[in-house]
Amino acid sequence: MIPSLETIAALVKIGLLVGGLMTAAAYLVLVERWMAAWVQDRKGPNRVGIPLTKIRLFGLGQPLADGLKIILKEDFTPSHVDRVLYNAAPLVILAASLAIFAAIPFGSVLPPLGIDGLPDPVPFLVAPGFSVGILWVFALSSIAVYGVLLGGWASNNKYGFLGGLRSSAQLVAYEIPLGLGLLGVVLASGSLELDVVMTQQANTGVWYAFAQPLGFIVFLVAAFAEAARLPFDLPEAEQELVGGYHTEYSGIKLLLFLVAEFLHMVTAAFLIVILFLGGWHLWGVTGSGDDITWAMALIRFGVFSAKVLAVILFFMLVRWSWPRFRFDQLMNLAWKVMLPLGIANLVIVAVVEEFRPQLVEALGSSAAGWVAILLPWGVFFAGWITAGMLTPSGTDNRPIRPNVLSDDGVFAAEHALVAGNELFTDTSVADDSVSTEAATPASGSDA
Amino acid sequence: MKPTDPDVHWIEERPLGLTEKLYLPLVLQGLTTTARHLVGKKVTVSYPEERPAVGNPLIYRGVHRLNRDEEGRVKCVACFLCATACPAHCIDIVATESPWPDREKYPESFQIDELRCIFCGMCEEACPVDAVELTSFLDLTGKSREEMIFDKEKLLSVYDMTKDSEPMKSESLGGTL
Repeated sequence: MIPSLETIAALVKIGLLVGGLMTAAAYLVLVERWMAAWVQDRKGPNRVGIPLTKIRLFGLGQPLADGLKIILKEDFTPSHVDRVLYNAAPLVILAASLAIFAAIPFGSVLPPLGIDGLPDPVPFLVAPGFSVGILWVFALSSIAVYGVLLGGWASNNKYGFLGGLRSSAQLVAYEIPLGLGLLGVVLASGSLELDVVMTQQANTGVWYAFAQPLGFIVFLVAAFAEAARLPFDLPEAEQELVGGYHTEYSGIKLLLFLVAEFLHMVTAAFLIVILFLGGWHLWGVTGSGDDITWAMALIRFGVFSAKVLAVILFFMLVRWSWPRFRFDQLMNLAWKVMLPLGIANLVIVAVVEEFRPQLVEALGSSAAGWVAILLPWGVFFAGWITAGMLTPSGTDNRPIRPNVLSDDGVFAAEHALVAGNELFTDTSVADDSVSTEAATPASGSDA
Repeated sequence: MKPTDPDVHWIEERPLGLTEKLYLPLVLQGLTTTARHLVGKKVTVSYPEERPAVGNPLIYRGVHRLNRDEEGRVKCVACFLCATACPAHCIDIVATESPWPDREKYPESFQIDELRCIFCGMCEEACPVDAVELTSFLDLTGKSREEMIFDKEKLLSVYDMTKDSEPMKSESLGGTL
């Protein structure tokens, strides 16, 4: 059976995409190491060039050397692991993070080729016309969590297990703000297809980052958490968990984990660019229609790639600008800050979209457009200042001063019970009558 | 230690200001700092091509040398003070009767195991005649363990190599014997 031209085109796209992504991931590791070095006033890897010569090429041979080294390393399986799950975990995570790209466009369209059996124009997308693209992306990014969980569980190791636990809690918490940030875009564009979302932004010229600032911030933060990048990299927190869920992995399985993790970041960058930063659109450069020349197709591809790269560089810069969040801070941020902000964004976008026809009728289309942008900005500032003033993500877990205890007897008794610490029941510190009085009902309710 | 201990000094944290509560100004501040370092001057020394700057060679503790006196003889009087002071026991001296009238003994053999040496400089401190000194020569390499045991001739040759760039410490630091 001869495969149809469409199948061949899809296979070519898959080949280009997977090859490109793998190469990009290898070189992005190098870029990440450079960024890390430069931020720390070092020079970074700049030695490895062409083998057996003295040509160094600024260290561009490094990814090759790194890859070769980790592939040739012994792939050791500890005796205490669950072998089936242990071997399946890296495959699950890598397969899921690669399959995501089936629905993610990586450019605009090619001009019509005029070949029978091929749709014209050819889109830069493996699965064109996939009407539930965004759902696909979200479903698969959730499956990737299974890889982390299985890896942590199958390792039969405390660090791995803790990493897996943290990862599942974190990803469950941040799926919600991620979805809320996304829903605003879906609401405004009226489509679940990522290329349609891009085309909409190109047609109006208003990127959703400007129309929905709050949604953008919520999505950005949630994307960092989903990709487990540094301010939220608790699942692998090297300093605490010795690598977290991949502690017990080595050799090529570790490589699969690391590549998949990197692909998560790349996916997040693609999504941020597509959903909020206009995709391939740039004012005055790329035009907006589908009827384009080869040069324009290349320019659009270039603009898109440049934006994705810029977002990835931002990811890397952020890595060295923030310390890691504590787990309770992470959870507070997700549930007490990002969730309400995301809902506020959703509400304002829904209101704006609902009343847009009336606005256009009353004010004219350009003034209505401005109102539709300024209203979400107003909500953004209001919501942000409210969230900041309430500081819901601040947790005061400093040790309690003894003299505070004697002023506030209930507080003291609570802590005496919870902590079981003789300090707080010490008669020389807290007022004796107060602490026993407050302790009695608490212990009664406990029983 | 109990929190009630009078020695515990309690410090109140400063309450968060407006910019800190709003967080975004701090975000920008942090990103600016990292971005500034991103393009700033690098401190890395590309070692084989660039030499690291050795601050003051007179107080650097690199490879040892055995100093010569004005007549070109080894200064050492084989008193064993350096070997006694050495915490790594890497100095091995064989003393014999001196052929010269100005001292009783001199080292027939004087070996320092550079692999055992911890470069603490105690030998230099202990020497009563400033015969053994540490130079600022820092790339110490060899192909075998035997090669890294420096004998008297080698240590004297280190002196010949470095005497111009690094005068003897007793003289250059204004000390006296």
